[in-house]
Amino acid sequence: MIQLVESSAPRSVRVRVLRQDAPGEESYWQHFDVPYEPNMNVISVLQKIAALAHAEDGQPVPPVAWDCSCLEEVCGSCTMLINGRTRMACSALVDNLLDEGDEIELRPMTKFPVVRDLCVDRSRLFRSLERVKAWVPVDGSYDHGPGPRVSPEEQEDAYPLATCISCGCCLEACPQFTKIEMVRRDDESQEAFEQRRREAFDEGFVGPHAVSQAMLFNAHPIGKMIADERMESLTSQGGIQMCGNAQNCVAVCPKHIPLTRSIARAGRAATVWAIKKLFDR
Amino acid sequence: MAQQRVLVIGGGLAGLAATMRMAELGVHVDLVSLVPVKRSHSVCAQGGINSVNALTRQQGDNEWKHFDDTVYGGDFLQHQPPVKEMADWGPRIVDLMDRLGVPFNRTPEGFRDQRRFGGTLYKRTSFAGATTGQQLLYSLDEQVRRWEVEGLVKKWEFWDFLEPVLDDSGRCRGAVCQDLVSMEFRAFPADAVILATGGCGLVYGRSTMSMVCTGSAVSRAYQAGAGYANGEFIQVHPTAIPGADKLRLMSESARGEGGRVWVPRTPQDPRSPKNIPEAERYYFLEERYPKYGNLVPRDIATREIFDICTTDGLSVEKDRLCVYLDLTHIPRETLDRKLGGILEIYEKFQGVDPRSEPMKIFPAVHYSMGGLWVDYEKSATGGLVEGSPRNQQTNIPGLYAIGECDYQYHGANRLGANSLLSCIFTGLFCAPGVIAGGQSSAGTESLFAAAIRRQEERHKALLSRTAGVENPYDLHQELGNIMTRTATVVRRNDQLAAAYAEVCALEERWRTCAISDTGNWTNQNVVFTKSLGDMFPLAKLILKGALQRDECRGAHFKPDFAMPGIAATDPAEKRREAEAWCDRFEENTRRWLKTTVAKHGADGHPEISYEDIDTSLIPPRPRLYGLVGGEVIEEVWKQRQAAKAATNGHAAAAAGPVTSGA
Repeated sequence: MIQLVESSAPRSVRVRVLRQDAPGEESYWQHFDVPYEPNMNVISVLQKIAALAHAEDGQPVPPVAWDCSCLEEVCGSCTMLINGRTRMACSALVDNLLDEGDEIELRPMTKFPVVRDLCVDRSRLFRSLERVKAWVPVDGSYDHGPGPRVSPEEQEDAYPLATCISCGCCLEACPQFTKIEMVRRDDESQEAFEQRRREAFDEGFVGPHAVSQAMLFNAHPIGKMIADERMESLTSQGGIQMCGNAQNCVAVCPKHIPLTRSIARAGRAATVWAIKKLFDR
Repeated sequence: MAQQRVLVIGGGLAGLAATMRMAELGVHVDLVSLVPVKRSHSVCAQGGINSVNALTRQQGDNEWKHFDDTVYGGDFLQHQPPVKEMADWGPRIVDLMDRLGVPFNRTPEGFRDQRRFGGTLYKRTSFAGATTGQQLLYSLDEQVRRWEVEGLVKKWEFWDFLEPVLDDSGRCRGAVCQDLVSMEFRAFPADAVILATGGCGLVYGRSTMSMVCTGSAVSRAYQAGAGYANGEFIQVHPTAIPGADKLRLMSESARGEGGRVWVPRTPQDPRSPKNIPEAERYYFLEERYPKYGNLVPRDIATREIFDICTTDGLSVEKDRLCVYLDLTHIPRETLDRKLGGILEIYEKFQGVDPRSEPMKIFPAVHYSMGGLWVDYEKSATGGLVEGSPRNQQTNIPGLYAIGECDYQYHGANRLGANSLLSCIFTGLFCAPGVIAGGQSSAGTESLFAAAIRRQEERHKALLSRTAGVENPYDLHQELGNIMTRTATVVRRNDQLAAAYAEVCALEERWRTCAISDTGNWTNQNVVFTKSLGDMFPLAKLILKGALQRDECRGAHFKPDFAMPGIAATDPAEKRREAEAWCDRFEENTRRWLKTTVAKHGADGHPEISYEDIDTSLIPPRPRLYGLVGGEVIEEVWKQRQAAKAATNGHAAAAAGPVTSGA
């Protein structure tokens, strides 16, 4: 499909970017005209915009700010809304995007506070991993020999869940995950602000990525030793009960992680957990 | 006693391993990273991690052989004690990562599965699909998050390391860093500072490295007086996918699982690869290296692929140099299970399914064997003294370097799947020594105030350059082109000398860069321009080191100083040539088996000196992979070693490798 486009290749690509100079400021559209090259992706478009340093009308403008690092869809940095769809900028190929329309539209994700332009603050995503204790609670790093034996089936079940790149696509698409934007007060210390923000995060939905991580570690032979703690977290405020089963998460995951399977497992486990708690009282 | 506090710069495998270990030992860690640590470049490592394992051990393998493969593959340019220690730690490290939850691929019985990698005949490489680096990184990230919740680790993500702060005695007392969002400067007083900031691929423009691998942190330490060793040794990976923004890695594991490299015997054969019969395909690595086949060490595979395209004119395409990497003979199910991650990358970015069509690949800059010079303390048994403050310490006391940004483990060429091991090893191993050698930073406030002022002035000066003429992004591209053209696979002195002058001229032009963003909020433009400025000192030391080193060793290849194999066919003549070859080899070893150490001169040019290498455990021997007449040379070489051993009565110099007691 890439090859087919070349014959009718355009000379330039029109790109419109929703910009915002800083948190709390008004956003605005800016248009850029970028010279076309075969096999371009959105990253190379943004690199060209940075090098051009002027908008379509010739006015000098500061480069668009965006996050990226690996450029091969494994670091999870470059998530944005491209032609309205949440996806990774590195693997969004321009030729495919031009099949969707004459110009390319870039916007920041809407569920996270904008830092600047296409950069958003995704610290809540990582806070969720703390909430569900997404780790194996080992004694320490001293030598205790190998880990437990694992069947190939168990490994093949766990591995896809372990490939979550924390990009946030699932959170952007989830109707139950709504934006929490906090502003530091003038009289507030950084530590006090972070504490207040953490508390606000903890009231919101933990998100499909974290539910899936909880299931990954609850299935691990050592990880499951604190399965109860994870279930406690998943059944408290902002837990699994908030999932509305829209199934958007699994549709947008760039790594095709079976998120809805994890959510279904978590739902069943939550029921068992609730009954167990009832009888343990 | 005041609470100990260590500053770690960089949150890849090495930085996270050190952070985890220090937190475990009760030390507070400030962890600074350009990106959220989970997004560090270690995430891109694909193939696996090497260690001797239960299976290879029963096939005759042991830690000594892993050590031997590593120094032989690295052309003996490493001090041997650190490499021995690393090989000894290998099994323990893979066990630990297993316990931390890394989903390593499994055998039917539930043991860790292994595959073979380049430069060895044993299957030492444990792997998690084809995203092993990602899985190792995530497991350490999870443990560090645990320590963060416990309050022992404080992460500073989206922060840039600007300079190590030294006191009057020259000791490092902390660092100054900058918040990439608010652009605020901040002092980080620390008992010790550890740099774990990875390689410098961006000096070459496009490479397999991530956009954060600018080398700027290391360059800033170098400009503050830290030595940089073996800079000219840059690994060019044989197999990458050419791209406009990046050269994406195609892991060696593709060959480890049976992938075959070939070109059509007819130049630019227009037929689809599937329609080219076996007899008309040239499997040049298998034909030229029957023992190792497609798994010769990387420097050799790279040169062969480069040569077949440039010298032999057998590139698959005319306008774009590339060869086939063919997996199509392997069942789809096996490919998905063992190589899924990397095949998806190819499919996504090239739009072609590599399970049914051979991939088109070409070498790309991949890894810096060189890095900050670091020290070690040798133990009585030839390894390292654990807990010594000297281990991994740069020549600046209190400043340490670990992972890809040190120079110590891979010599002139790194073996595949040894980098993940060296990163985790150096991180875990250095921690007790760093703590033991730490020194409280109390009373250093004025030092930091001065350093912050210095950085603020540098920053302001850059921001006020609105009237500049040069575009930093274009300059970076020019730098990358020069470096890629002259300091990669084949190096020639006239080109290196010319490149050095060109890079100096570029550095001058950089001083008149225009900053198109003068704001003070998430200003990526000024941050990039700053890091570009710090690439020039590294580029210069790479070029000068390469220019001065008149020999071929590992990744550093100069055809003018190559030692070709034996041309004669007559046995007596062959023997004479082999004797001459060995004479020349010994002379070359005397002259060049030395670490290159660059120091940043006051005039901005590198001052280069050479340091002897500790080869006390395994005597250097010719690297003969596939060399014509290699068997005669080996015979002569062994006889010489035996004669030497007889006169010295020195057991270590005997021909065969000494087998360790382990």
